Amino acid sequence: MKSRKYAVCLGVSALALMVPTLPALADATSDGIAHYRELLAEGNPAELWEMRGEELWREARGPKKATLEQCDLGQGAGVVKGAFVTLPRYFADTKRVQDLESRLLTCMETLQGIPAAEVAATPFGKGEQENIEALVAWISAESRGMQFNVPTSHPEEKRMYEVGKRAFHFRGGPHDFGCVTCHGDDGKRIRLQDLPNLTQPADAARGFGAWPAYRVSSGELWSMQRRLNDCFRQQRFPYPLYGSDVTIALSTYLGVTANGAGESIAPAIKR
Amino acid sequence: MKMTIRNSALMAVTVAALGGCAGGNMGTAQQAAYDRDTADVMARSFRAQGIATLDRLQQDPLMATCSAPDRHLGDEQAEQIQAAAMAGIKWPSDGNFLGDWKEGEKLAQSGKGLTWKDKADGANGGNCYNCHRISKTEISYGTIGPSLYQYGKLHGNTEKTQKYVWAKIWNPNATMACSNMPRFGHSGILDEKQIRHIVALLLDPKSPVNAE
Ligand code: HEC
Ligand code: HEC
Repeated sequence: MKSRKYAVCLGVSALALMVPTLPALADATSDGIAHYRELLAEGNPAELWEMRGEELWREARGPKKATLEQCDLGQGAGVVKGAFVTLPRYFADTKRVQDLESRLLTCMETLQGIPAAEVAATPFGKGEQENIEALVAWISAESRGMQFNVPTSHPEEKRMYEVGKRAFHFRGGPHDFGCVTCHGDDGKRIRLQDLPNLTQPADAARGFGAWPAYRVSSGELWSMQRRLNDCFRQQRFPYPLYGSDVTIALSTYLGVTANGAGESIAPAIKR
Repeated sequence: MKMTIRNSALMAVTVAALGGCAGGNMGTAQQAAYDRDTADVMARSFRAQGIATLDRLQQDPLMATCSAPDRHLGDEQAEQIQAAAMAGIKWPSDGNFLGDWKEGEKLAQSGKGLTWKDKADGANGGNCYNCHRISKTEISYGTIGPSLYQYGKLHGNTEKTQKYVWAKIWNPNATMACSNMPRFGHSGILDEKQIRHIVALLLDPKSPVNAE
């Protein structure tokens, strides 16, 4: 693996994320930290997904045996650099605001003939979803170090921002949780896991700008769709459909809040 | 009371408007349109998975009110919410507030239950340590709620405190409108017996919360 420098912030709090609950604390903690250090010394394993993603972009695949090189991620057909930090955005061809993953579904279907609905229904980490994980790793890495600049000029973008803001504050389920319960105040934690205040620009940039990310705890590359999916699970909500408008609206709200407040470090390395 | 998502979202707006803060310089008609869009988006973006069925998206009037972004509750409105929540509290059927603090500690530690990965008959935990510092020895605690360490020592194991803690666990909105804490009793997350154990954890002088 070629060694690259990653803007991974490994502070005390990141180490604290590794601490499990008592009583097996001491051993598991030092083991966890040692494992984490080992991984960092070798570089972020997300790099493996990035390399695979770049290959997949240029590989002729699907019933149409075509590559994704003509995919328009918002900066023009085939332009990948800088695309990640301006998503979600409105696309005239689909007449929808789309995040990176729902846009990839569109490109896979139109260019390669891979049915979007089937990919959306595939579980995370399996089949075509595995390919999407590699693609988002590479595409986001191509915007590493850039400031978020998610657009709100189109009325549909403005609408998705407003819907996302409301969805973020929507409390329900058996626990009355909403995103805002866990991500609405500064400096809070669940157990020892730090919770970013996603209503504030700097934290939104840090929290939103880190995903997709390599998760040390599971050894997987998690996309933003998967991050949101797991938060909805903790929220005790029903299952959010892959690429559904609620997930795109939430990403629009988080991305716009993050605008100008920090650089993308995705794909980051996370607990 | 059963409501559709759309109705409840609309209600939230009405209530927010009464509270005097419906959204900065945006017109109320525009606000209402975005509220309807949100209800539509919520209604079409989820599917049921295991025990996490779609009816979980239906808000009761309390949650609809508490979901308004930039919410600002006036005193009167907060008092109304609290009074309604207080009126719905079910007090211990045998008049006894205190159970076994050891069982309470187990429940406070457990964050299990009610996600789409959990079984219907699975025992629910209280999640208390997720949000509160409680005992001295458990250092893996969250900070969404205030520290409860030495709670009984500080407030006394009196009937008044017992009632306050019972009410807080049954429905926290009875004393704090739009609390971030779940309604453990009201929503059926914990039963009466379990709540007794947890009250004991906080108030029993022999519990590590107060003894150490
Ligand atoms: C019950 C608590 C809870 C709820 C509700 C919740 N989250 Fe989270 N969220 C977490 C935790 C805990 C983490 C850190 C996870 C980890 O380290 O494994 C997290 C992490 C995140 C992150 C990544 C932050 C970072 O710094 O890496 C984002 C973005 C996020 N949540 C968004 C949301 C959104 C949007 C919602 C609502 C749909 C939501 N969360 C609801 C607990 C919650
Ligand atoms: C998701 C977060 C969360 C969970 C889970 C939670 N709480 Fe709370 N708790 C809070 C917040 C926030 C407050 C402050 C607002 C209030 O009083 O309602 C609070 C307040 C309290 C208070 C009142 C403190 C005071 O001095 O007035 C008590 C007692 C309490 N919680 C006990 C518990 C117990 C016992 C459990 C577990 C069964 C629990 N909480 C679970 C968030 C939580």
